[in-house]
Amino acid sequence: MTAVGSQLPAPAEVVEAALAASRSTGCVVLVEDGHRVNLRWAGSALTTNGHSHQRTLTVVALDGQGRHTSAGAVSGPVRAADDIVALVGQAEDVARRAAPEESARALVAGTAADDADSPAAEGSFDVLAGLTPALGDVLARARGDGTLLYGYAEHRVTTTYLATSTGTRHRHVQPSGHLTMTAKTADRSASTWTGLATRDFTDVDVHALDVSLRRRLGWAGTTVALRPGHHPVILPPSAVADLMVYAYWEMGALAAHEGRTAYADPGRGTLVGRPLVDPRVTVRSDPAHPGLAAADVLATGASGAFASVFDNGLPVPATRWVDRGTLSALVQTRYSAELTGLPVTPFVDNLVVDVDGGSGDVDDLVARCEDGVLLTSLWYIRMVDPRRLLLTGLTRDGVYLVRDGEVVGAAGNFRFNDSPVELLRRLQDAGGTVPTFSREWGEYFPRTAMPPLRVHDVHFSTTSDAL
Amino acid sequence: MSMPRHYVDPAFSDLPLDAAADAALTRAAQLGASHAEVRVERILSQDVTVRDRALSGLHVGEDLGVSVRVVHDDTWGFAAGPDPTPTSARALAERAVAVARASRALRGSPVQRTDEPVHVGTWVSDYLVDPFDVDVAEVVGLLLDRTGRLLDDPRVDHATAMLQQVRESTFYTDTAGTRTVQQRVRVHPEVEALAIDADARQVETLRSLAAPAGRGYEYVTGADGVHDWDAELAALPELLAERLRAPSLPAGRYDLVIEPTNLWLTIHESIGHATELDRALGFEADYAGTSFATPDGLGSLRYGSPTMQVTADRTEPFGLASVGWDHEGVAAQRWDLVRDGLLVGYQLDRSSAMLLAQAAGNRSNGCAYAQSSQYVPIQRMANVSLQPAAGGPDAADLVADVEDGLYVVGDKSWSIDMQRYNFQFTAQRFHRIRNGRLVGQVKDVAYQGRTPDFWGSLAAVGGPQTWWLGGTFVCGKAQPGQGAPVSHGAPTALFRGVSVLDTRQEGRG
Repeated sequence: MTAVGSQLPAPAEVVEAALAASRSTGCVVLVEDGHRVNLRWAGSALTTNGHSHQRTLTVVALDGQGRHTSAGAVSGPVRAADDIVALVGQAEDVARRAAPEESARALVAGTAADDADSPAAEGSFDVLAGLTPALGDVLARARGDGTLLYGYAEHRVTTTYLATSTGTRHRHVQPSGHLTMTAKTADRSASTWTGLATRDFTDVDVHALDVSLRRRLGWAGTTVALRPGHHPVILPPSAVADLMVYAYWEMGALAAHEGRTAYADPGRGTLVGRPLVDPRVTVRSDPAHPGLAAADVLATGASGAFASVFDNGLPVPATRWVDRGTLSALVQTRYSAELTGLPVTPFVDNLVVDVDGGSGDVDDLVARCEDGVLLTSLWYIRMVDPRRLLLTGLTRDGVYLVRDGEVVGAAGNFRFNDSPVELLRRLQDAGGTVPTFSREWGEYFPRTAMPPLRVHDVHFSTTSDAL
Repeated sequence: MSMPRHYVDPAFSDLPLDAAADAALTRAAQLGASHAEVRVERILSQDVTVRDRALSGLHVGEDLGVSVRVVHDDTWGFAAGPDPTPTSARALAERAVAVARASRALRGSPVQRTDEPVHVGTWVSDYLVDPFDVDVAEVVGLLLDRTGRLLDDPRVDHATAMLQQVRESTFYTDTAGTRTVQQRVRVHPEVEALAIDADARQVETLRSLAAPAGRGYEYVTGADGVHDWDAELAALPELLAERLRAPSLPAGRYDLVIEPTNLWLTIHESIGHATELDRALGFEADYAGTSFATPDGLGSLRYGSPTMQVTADRTEPFGLASVGWDHEGVAAQRWDLVRDGLLVGYQLDRSSAMLLAQAAGNRSNGCAYAQSSQYVPIQRMANVSLQPAAGGPDAADLVADVEDGLYVVGDKSWSIDMQRYNFQFTAQRFHRIRNGRLVGQVKDVAYQGRTPDFWGSLAAVGGPQTWWLGGTFVCGKAQPGQGAPVSHGAPTALFRGVSVLDTRQEGRG
């Protein structure tokens, strides 16, 4: 396939041209070049597809000195050299007109990476080409036997260039991919789901996914009645990721400092250093985690709750957020770290949960369970009370009753109201940590590794009629 | 307030739109595409956040790009890129055909779409002041003034103010000959106050009620008189202090008088999404979900009480989903979804309209939308609104008709299941009603329902004087995930015997 963007100026040249055009007291330049290819299907047939390419230049111009510095962060397209100069001028104008930012600090003294001027990674629909024969087989088989398959496969590759007037020259290539698939019986009375994350689709076995879906549809051949209330529940790694990604997104130090979250002692500060969950649990991030590699240098085009444009170029180290049950760090900017008196621990773009002594997979947890409920996935998870991290949501695409180590039938769906922090105090059993894909948040946060968990007294508030 | 006529920004209209489109359509036809469409979009955005007495974030963005969608060998193909020039558009047409070819083995039935008359025209939404003509210093100053006024009250410990502003310019053309150019603006101003009771280890927040709207900067300042910012900023500290010391409420069934500031979101989730035909047919089964309101119930499904009248409208004045034409070249329309409590309509794009027997051969009702040029158009929501009762009661009359209940104000938490049955909502404020009178706030409350039961409990809707247009900037759907802005109007309404939770008792295993 032709490279449609080939006539655009090279990203590394754009970066240097923007810095050269800058007349402000400090300048940050970001170029993001991203490709996304995808296939989607419903009712066992293709619905949409696509290959999208986007390139964006962001210039952050600084005006002023020290903590009285304002920032003009402006993003736009880059089609020609004139666009670069215009965007720098616009950013400088915004910086002059804006007020000083609360997180203003001197720019990080950076270093230049050897590959900072390498080309952007090229995306191609070909990455999905290896998938289509097997997927075609699986869809054709489904059309033949009446099974209904719905799903999506996506691959993205984004190259980010970061340069600052203080010497940072950095390039990061981030591949991300995922595949999700829902299977329903012909009468739509039973439904199940599976999903995974991948970096290049070479490790995806569509036939194996089809087998696992059909196994679970088979479990729905027997239906059982289950009432709302408190139940022992086996959460597969995907469902654990759904809950723990939300818990991570609530870990902003500033919000805790203001007393807003479950990581706060309102009016007194944060809960860092205090026991939070079961002492067997560790929650951590590591940019170098095998299979989940993420950016190890902070790059952001806008200041927000989790990042400041002034912190661009900051190293992103491995961080333990919860260390053997104790809250040990919160997501910080340099500004919030000063406010809270805690170390600078920036947001990391992956998340891993380990449970000491955890072993085996979901099937092993089922085999070790005398009486419980096995879930497939969670859905529509939203905050009810941030002070407890009380979340609501639904079970989705398969709730199964477990008796004496075996699945004995399928029940209907439930609305839950519960808190991941409180769930992690009610651990009964855990498996080994494996790469997984959060069904609800995975598109936006795809790099997770979680164990399956068995937790007692999960609160199913009401039944849901949804199939 | 009369609106001046605005024109499409020359920075957009001066792009080589027709030349790029001609290059793409010609190339697609040469490669054997039976249909092709070209969309160029330029989306300006401004996001400003102030925390307490300082600026915490400011970003100005421009998203520019071009997409080509084709039907080749009865199979869809889509490609998008950042450069709306003839050379790039021609290459995107080749890429879209290549994507169609590579996907051909997965195709089921051939692509079919309903017919639509050819349209040629320009449409610009109504606004007084273009948000992108306003000095950034004025915007930042306005937000700092708002947080400062809240912090001047000692009962407020922290305050934030946020403003999002967007201007969206769209060029669309296709092989049938439709050529449309559109421009619309939208703004979303918001403030939130936080109070701490350190002794009780309690924290509460309260947010402003101003809705995002398809209006100009005059709405942000309040100069158009639509939202009274001075009154709201003055009232927030006392309302927040009352919430902080408010008692909880025992769980049970209560009558609810729900303001449109809260009801718009319940409408969005339980009616708006449930009446999207692509969901009802299962197209979103892997992600956003399906619907209980399946086509076999069209004309017969009892959705709610006979008091319930719901319309879909892509022409709603100042509506966030209002347009001249959709992203498949279909003209904006208004139609009924629920009439006298019965399901009578769906929201359609040109593909899903072909699949609805009653609409075969008829038109789509114009609900195709894509978040930007980077995304394929899919069926998205029109402005879906509950209609008021002509000559109907005002809010005080509805409250007077409640012996033991709650008056519900402002949206907060929301969740609904994948078939749009089981929902749970909270609110900015719940006021207890006893014997027809408001007697103070309660907290830790959520209301739950099953969609047909909840709307079946609709006992009365207010008159036009209670009608208000709410909405959201970002309603999510599809894979890849796309956001869409949409508005929902509603009168204040009375529901009998709704299940209410004490959220303190939820969880707690």
